[in-house]
Amino acid sequence: MQENDVKFLEDSFKKYYFEHFDLIHAPNRTSEREFGFQKFNSGMTRHISIKDDKELHLLLMQNIPSDVYCSNAYYSFPNLPMNEKDWKEADLIFDIDAKDLNLECRKNHTIFKCNECNEISTNNNNCSKCNSIKLEKKSLPCKNCIDASKNEVSKLSKILTEDLDVQQNNIHVYFSGNEGFHVYVYDSQFQQLGSRERSELTDYIMFNGAIPETFGMKKFKPSRSSFPDFEEKGWRGRFSQEVYGSKSKRSKIISELITNGYSSFQKTLEGISDKIGAKIDPNVTMDIHRIFRLPGSLNSKSGLTKILCNDLPKFDPYTEASFLDESSVEVVANCPIEFKLKNRKFGPYFNEKVSIQTYAAVYMICKKLATIS
Amino acid sequence: MLALGQDEIAKYPFLADAGQYLKDKGFTLEQFGTDPDLKSLIEKAFNRIEVAADGKIYHSDLIGDQASNQAALPREVFSFLLAIVLLKLSGMNTLIKRFALAEARRAEKYLEKDLANISDESKKQLAIRVIDDLFSVQIKKQDDYFVIPVSDYLKHSINFHEREWKLINRHVENGLVFLTPHETVRLIRKELGTYISSKIINAKTPPMISGFEESVNKLISMSKKFATYTVTTGEYPPCIKHAIEILEKGENLPHSGRFMLATFLLSKGQSIEEIAPLFKNAPDYNERVTLYQLNHLAGTSGSGTQYSCPSCEKLKTQNLCFVIPECDNIINPLQFGKKRT
Repeated sequence: MQENDVKFLEDSFKKYYFEHFDLIHAPNRTSEREFGFQKFNSGMTRHISIKDDKELHLLLMQNIPSDVYCSNAYYSFPNLPMNEKDWKEADLIFDIDAKDLNLECRKNHTIFKCNECNEISTNNNNCSKCNSIKLEKKSLPCKNCIDASKNEVSKLSKILTEDLDVQQNNIHVYFSGNEGFHVYVYDSQFQQLGSRERSELTDYIMFNGAIPETFGMKKFKPSRSSFPDFEEKGWRGRFSQEVYGSKSKRSKIISELITNGYSSFQKTLEGISDKIGAKIDPNVTMDIHRIFRLPGSLNSKSGLTKILCNDLPKFDPYTEASFLDESSVEVVANCPIEFKLKNRKFGPYFNEKVSIQTYAAVYMICKKLATIS
Repeated sequence: MLALGQDEIAKYPFLADAGQYLKDKGFTLEQFGTDPDLKSLIEKAFNRIEVAADGKIYHSDLIGDQASNQAALPREVFSFLLAIVLLKLSGMNTLIKRFALAEARRAEKYLEKDLANISDESKKQLAIRVIDDLFSVQIKKQDDYFVIPVSDYLKHSINFHEREWKLINRHVENGLVFLTPHETVRLIRKELGTYISSKIINAKTPPMISGFEESVNKLISMSKKFATYTVTTGEYPPCIKHAIEILEKGENLPHSGRFMLATFLLSKGQSIEEIAPLFKNAPDYNERVTLYQLNHLAGTSGSGTQYSCPSCEKLKTQNLCFVIPECDNIINPLQFGKKRT
């Protein structure tokens, strides 16, 4: 990124941090957490320990980070190297990202920027201008992306509360600041689980690895009575609702399933896994040493804030997570896709000089679709 | 420590404090070596080890879970305690491993039976407490099932390789996993074996007791016989070592793993008679079936096709690959350790 772009972003981020200490709090049991941050055009600094909000705010003002992170784990010595930290436990965390949902709409708002000549195109194989294959994918998520991600969050919440006995008030949902949501689970029976156990838990939540026998289908002489009922709890119930459709169709569908046989049943299970399983990023949940974006901090991929969603169905990230300045700034924008921030439409811009609000300028510069003129 | 009744100690002798038990009964170890009436118990103890070494479960004098007569109960416990003394005196670790495993299997049977006992609530409670005390797994009865918290379940189930043990294939509700008595006990099999073997390993080795020498010597020569069966030499690739370890621990090696192990060893020139004993500890071991399958793989029966060891790539997708730098990009486990030009 160019120097004057970095300076502009740093100024905007600094102003945000200075004016919004109310939004940025060190999570509870602060001194047991590991913190880390990144600066624009630079690497990660981690293994930091912090006492309280005051120290956190000082760190932000002194370093003006592009991104700030905090561990979901609790350690005796968070500032020591990893193997000396003495891991105690970790909150359960989930990452749901619109880019992992294979949505139809993605192709309408994903563009490719050539790293050689900066040309922007919709061609995903090679640059239409210089033929280079070094392309960077950029996407400006749309309402559909956000709605689909919310749907995954709801599925996840349901599995957590119904199957895994997590209390609703211990589930905290945050907009990630870019294209998805981060979900935290506090005070659950899973706090002390290691990585392998958490990996098993992700398979459960994603509906991975199910075998036909679990749903009553046997290789030889399957019996109708062992197939799940429509009202059953857990995965057998969700399976019934998805596969039977309605209670009255149960009998007919079971006959079909038995006729089609065991391996076809296995394919059915694999086929519905996307629909009934919650699409989380398994690597995030099974990582018990991760430093995860700090709530209240800015996401350098967008300039939007990672913010708590109190009312998920109504939550609109493009109005509720945008806190940057309204003042005008002149940029050269090359953003062929229209986007909306704070109820205002921007773009499309085709390599043109425009004067726009700071929050929109930051959004495009973060996505490398504009530069300060 | 649990307060145990006489018949319970007979079922779960590893729960007893050995020294205290002998004292309470008014015996010393020396007496067993010299007293002609007690000497038969040493033979019984030796027999208990011999059966275990053979991969079988010691057939006790308990009928159901009742002793045939009152005198049989202490004999059951003595033979267990004396077996430990003999094992310690012999110092043969292979025998200790086999003995602990067989005793775990034996206890497993009783635990399962006690858990499923509907007529005697106290038996069930004892089994539940044994599991809680030894393995910190809190199980509760709920209708026809036993339930345990999902987090406890996961800590144990991750050691299993079969898909049926995956959480997704379990009945889960309200943060609990529903299990049958059999599944409950199966879940802690590994820990039970570890518990018993650590108890033996940590027991003090007494000085040689007169009257014990003969049995100890017999054990030493018996373990030499087994030494020929232990095939873990440095030359085996990690996938094969892992499979052998699993079998040694008495855990279930999936079919694909058994296939890999057998085909690998056959290709290395081992005979069916040499390979078969490896599978003795498998939970579902059946000598006849094992020999049939090995003959089939070797091509000495059936179609006559000789099966070859699966490729590394195939093993990877079956979760059987545990690659290490020494593998050096080989594509089949058989190439491991060979210098490539």
